[in-house]
Amino acid sequence: MAELTYRDAVARGIAQEMKRDPDVVFIGQDIGKAGGVFKATVGLFEEFGSLRVRDTPISEQAILGAAMGAAMTGLKPIAEIMFSDFIAVCFDYLANEFSKSRYMTNGQVKCPLVVRTGNGGSACFGAQHSQSVENWCMMIPGLKVVAPSTPRDVIGLLAASVRSPDPVVFFEHKSLYAVKGEVEEGEILEALGTAKVVRPGTDATIVALALMVPRAITAAERLQTEHGISCEVIDVRSLVPLDTRTILDSVARTSRLFTVEENPRLCGWGAEIVSIVVEEGFYNLDGPPVRITTPHIPLPAADALEDMAIPSVARVADTVRRSIEA
Amino acid sequence: MIPQNVLTAEALVLQIADDIGDVLRLRMYQMLFEIREAEQRAYDLFLQRLVKGTSHLSLGQEAIAVGCAAAMDPGDLSFCTYRGHAHTLARGVEMEKVLGELMNRDNGLMRGNGGSMHLTSVKHGVMGSYAIIGAHLPIACGAAWRAQYKGQKDVSVCVFGDGTTNIGAFHEALNLAVIWKLPVIFVCENNLYMEYTPISEVTAVADPAAGRAAAYGLESIVGDGQDADEVYRIAKRAYDKAREGGGPSLIEFKTYRYSGHSRADPAKYRPAGELEDWRENRDPIKIYRKRLLDAGISADIIQQIEHKARLNVNEATEICKAAPPTSIDILSTDVYADGGWAWRN
Repeated sequence: MAELTYRDAVARGIAQEMKRDPDVVFIGQDIGKAGGVFKATVGLFEEFGSLRVRDTPISEQAILGAAMGAAMTGLKPIAEIMFSDFIAVCFDYLANEFSKSRYMTNGQVKCPLVVRTGNGGSACFGAQHSQSVENWCMMIPGLKVVAPSTPRDVIGLLAASVRSPDPVVFFEHKSLYAVKGEVEEGEILEALGTAKVVRPGTDATIVALALMVPRAITAAERLQTEHGISCEVIDVRSLVPLDTRTILDSVARTSRLFTVEENPRLCGWGAEIVSIVVEEGFYNLDGPPVRITTPHIPLPAADALEDMAIPSVARVADTVRRSIEA
Repeated sequence: MIPQNVLTAEALVLQIADDIGDVLRLRMYQMLFEIREAEQRAYDLFLQRLVKGTSHLSLGQEAIAVGCAAAMDPGDLSFCTYRGHAHTLARGVEMEKVLGELMNRDNGLMRGNGGSMHLTSVKHGVMGSYAIIGAHLPIACGAAWRAQYKGQKDVSVCVFGDGTTNIGAFHEALNLAVIWKLPVIFVCENNLYMEYTPISEVTAVADPAAGRAAAYGLESIVGDGQDADEVYRIAKRAYDKAREGGGPSLIEFKTYRYSGHSRADPAKYRPAGELEDWRENRDPIKIYRKRLLDAGISADIIQQIEHKARLNVNEATEICKAAPPTSIDILSTDVYADGGWAWRN
């Protein structure tokens, strides 16, 4: 067991898959010689060469289009869109092209590819470099959507994404890149569509994703020590496919549901989870499900404002406590 | 290469011994004629309410599809637009599968999941018809990148309209193709109208594609899109160059569409006499028929070919009319690779 940063786990995950399969290739802006603007892909260019690790111009449509063309003719590309906000300039490929080509062609065209992208806030980057946009992708039939919260999951879920025969959007959280975690030696492979109970508890279920997972865990610890409230924390990990079974089972035990979402409130992934729990687990609930989200605002740049906007440990703990004590 | 099975006139008198030759030329003529018949049939079936939705016809533009396809090797890849019936047929896709898709029949190319704008037949190298302007240019780059990476010799041929030259993906794809020296050929069908607006009114240069070539260090190539032989020769030269590692080409063919942009467009924006002039003096089928006759091919052989082409379209139409409608069983299949649409457990 060794400690690895989330950042280094990205490079290790990509390298693991490139060594395993010569059809895995990697393209994006500044990913090669520069090692990535977040230094998450250091060493890959040197190890695998300029034909497999290909630097591109600032041409997001060309990056995703080329990844699709390569995927549909036999390669398994990983494409990087540096900041997830930039998905907006190449959204056609996510919304109309590789998500729909299998269906439209009655199964003839297959697009096994991964779009890696830096998602999320808490870095004072302002409204165009900080968003959590996983719900932009979650709503599109044909895509899979993954967002790891730990270095080990970065490797295991990235490997699963590369091996997935479907297109996967892989959201890495920018504010987690420096976080360290225990990672064993050897190949790591997780399964898509599996949520994980990362902290067991009995009084409430807190469902979180990416950066919100460590915050939810810290909030749960605080609620336990300060108020004697026992919270189960679930890391969703994969929004599509969505492991509703793990969430429904947990709510059946705890009778309370909270979602912690970094995205602005409207149409966030938590709304889907709440609706499923209400439709299918209503009689297990002791109170209304509560969504803890960023307000319906663009993200501000100043740290004091951004800290207020994105759910914090204190806000999660307070919301859960007040809701349970009400 | 246009497939063998369209060749009907077996009793050829070898009249034209040039780079194209009699055999291919007669096949190309049959394909020109067959596409013309098929597009007119698609229009007629629409009026009979047997084709629904929309359709974008290539009437008048047949020579580009035929010349481009004839110059391809069997493993080469085509990337088409929503105006893709002609290019799909020219690669040898069965007539009844194309008409079946237009008619929402179970025998259709995609059994009804795609429709007129998304004709795809991977086994024929038709890697899709794309209905978002410009999207397929970067995709064709990706297919070409795969060929380059794997050392495969196929080329990717990406066809699009003049309107595409003003969208960002066109420029991103050209730049990428050049810097990576990809075996991709971009073919612009300049039919003079973007959709309802003359392309000249909305474009900074006179030749919307060729006029941009220099910006990417490419040769400016303009060809007569009404002459299938010229299309064939220009395309072949570009394919050969790409296959030999010489990188991409951008070709602009001047052409004209006889119908509106789509079935909803009566094309009233055209100046009086323009359509008639193209039909009379620049029609790709008339041009080709005259060339065959001038070369000494008998009128009898030409009539046989035309008869066979009509027969193919008629037979396909009847097969499709008799075919069952699209099966409701495919409503939610093939959303994901497991064959279904499940997004949760």
